[in-house]
Amino acid sequence: MFGEYSLSELASIFAMQGFSGLILFSVFVLMALGLAIIYGQMGVINMAHGEFMILGAYVTYLVSRAFGELPHALFNVYFPVAMVAAFLVAGALGAFVEWALIRRLYRRPLDTLLATWGLSLILQQLYRTIFGAREVGVTMPEWMMGSLKLSDTIEVPINGILVMGIAVAISIAVGVMMHRSSWGRQVRAVVQNRTMAGAVGIDTERTDRLTFAVGCGIAGVAGSAFTMIGSTGPSSGQLYIVDTFLVVVFGGAASLLGTIASAFTISQAQSILEFFLSGSMAKVLTLLTVVGILMLRPQGLFALKLRK
Amino acid sequence: MRLSFSASDPGLRRQIIGLALLAALLLVALPLGLDAFRLNLFGKYLCFAFVAIGLVLCWGMGGILSLGQGVFFGLGGYAMAMYLKLEASTPEATKIQSTPGIPDFMDWNQLKALPLWWEPFHSLPFTLIAIIALPVAFAFIIGTAMFRRRVGGVYFAIITQAIAAIATILIIGQQGYTGGVNGITDLRTLHGWDIRPDSARVTLYFVCAGLLLLAAVLALFVQRSKLGRILIAMRDQEDRVRFSGYDVAAFKTFVFCLGAVFASVGGAMFTLQVGFMSPTIVGIVPSIEMVIFCAVGGRLSVIGAVYGALLVNLARTSFSESFPELWLFGLGALFIAVVMAFPSGLAGVWVERIEPLLARLLRRKTTTPADPNAPEAPEPAPLTRDAAGRRPGAATLNALSTNPLPATPMTDAAARAAL
Repeated sequence: MFGEYSLSELASIFAMQGFSGLILFSVFVLMALGLAIIYGQMGVINMAHGEFMILGAYVTYLVSRAFGELPHALFNVYFPVAMVAAFLVAGALGAFVEWALIRRLYRRPLDTLLATWGLSLILQQLYRTIFGAREVGVTMPEWMMGSLKLSDTIEVPINGILVMGIAVAISIAVGVMMHRSSWGRQVRAVVQNRTMAGAVGIDTERTDRLTFAVGCGIAGVAGSAFTMIGSTGPSSGQLYIVDTFLVVVFGGAASLLGTIASAFTISQAQSILEFFLSGSMAKVLTLLTVVGILMLRPQGLFALKLRK
Repeated sequence: MRLSFSASDPGLRRQIIGLALLAALLLVALPLGLDAFRLNLFGKYLCFAFVAIGLVLCWGMGGILSLGQGVFFGLGGYAMAMYLKLEASTPEATKIQSTPGIPDFMDWNQLKALPLWWEPFHSLPFTLIAIIALPVAFAFIIGTAMFRRRVGGVYFAIITQAIAAIATILIIGQQGYTGGVNGITDLRTLHGWDIRPDSARVTLYFVCAGLLLLAAVLALFVQRSKLGRILIAMRDQEDRVRFSGYDVAAFKTFVFCLGAVFASVGGAMFTLQVGFMSPTIVGIVPSIEMVIFCAVGGRLSVIGAVYGALLVNLARTSFSESFPELWLFGLGALFIAVVMAFPSGLAGVWVERIEPLLARLLRRKTTTPADPNAPEAPEPAPLTRDAAGRRPGAATLNALSTNPLPATPMTDAAARAAL
């Protein structure tokens, strides 16, 4: 397998594949963080998670079009604006969905799964009606294109570095929110014991709605970040959903650290395998391994020790 | 297994009448009313009804939601398609290929010889056994691994969905061995009998309908047996059943395997009637749509599930012929409506709304004429109601299970146990 490559070539291969693995890792982390909050903390299966990401991507596309009309200097900084807009729009839709659908189904998780799948179909068709069936891409400011040359054989693209930066920033933000803010404390309290949380004066319904909205908002930001590395079509969201759920479940549903660790493991395995096998076989092998491990160890990598 | 048969059991009478009406619809009304093309289309829908019946047992009764039924459908379908393809690829028929005697897609992908695991599919008996044995073996492995570790509910749904995704990627990626995204096409004969002409399609339709009725009888038998009661008890209070000394995992694995066999038989019939098998019927999207067939019909009603599969597929065909834009909106709304407003599906609507309404109407008719002192009007028999001129399709939905759906569906107990 390795015979035909020299040692330095191998080192470069591993470095390059490792780096593309890191970009994949960031993508997985971004996808999975929102879901880790919604599924991991609330136990709600949101099959429309991919569509919330695509919503963020379309919002970014609209913002970039709007900024295209403005002076050139402003166009360079449209991205942060687009990300905030994506967070707010996806979060608002999330709050509405929680109010209209999810809150009536908390005691029936399998039905939530079907209802949110229906929602995802409706959103897909909505995107197709509004934006057309073709994929759309955003125009990037010049400073975000090109790549950095690290050595003769190793080059890294700038947009990849940006996606990684965003993933790190959002992970830290979510970690701080969950473990330092009073909202995070309330969320964790409600998850651990809903009745007692209500008894000590936490508005559990409001907490649920906010949690769901924040999870969806993060999905929107993730979608916004994805526009830097690929184009967006109405049904792109469905491609992500299996990967995302596997990342969250593999990490141990209630653990943010577990989510990040599992995103790292899966992405690295997949991108290194991709070099030696065809892309589809790399994916099949990775997913099969993950499913196999999950069958043997259903609680995932990092299980919370809870007495139920 | 003890059966609670008794002549006066209203649930049993209802199921037998429902089954008879279904048989009349499938074996008499549809063949008389439709041309060969439309009949073939209905035959295709019936294949999905196999899956829906399996889901009634797994999901409605057992609380195990599998989002990977398409994989089992595909196992049966591909096994049948491989046999048919080998029969179609005789050395004479494929002599223009660079390697005659192997399926055409293998030749296009530069394969020089038939892969070893294709060889047994030269034999029809092996293929027929494989259609039953492969899904059982596969479902047994998955079921044992998961249910022994007390995993169920949402978690099980996610894992089975991942398996469906893996199967699709694998089939598409290995196109030299599987035909890739186009699937296995250009199938001609079954053991020397041409399956393509209209007469063969009509015969196949009857075989399919017959097998489906057989599956329905089997499912009703399971539902009425003690096994069915244990399944429902497990769904609602798993721990209590376990503490009573039952092997919960074994029951769950059994019903999951049974559902898998139903799906696989449906897949094999699909291949025979449609003439191809492709990964588009295996993946995530078709698998979850199979769940909606079951949910629309009524997740507890075996016979309702058949109507659910027929109606949703019929709606899809007619919608996507005339308003392709609207179909996804409609399907999405259907998912949400069936969960929010009609958790027990068409069968529930029939039993809760239409049946009492009919009973009231009939009672008024029979009591108003002359005799005000007539004794309480008897429960009207469904057959007389059907004579009142309703669609035979709607009339049979009353074949509900003996256990009407409680107000809050009970899937949550199993799901909570998973997390």
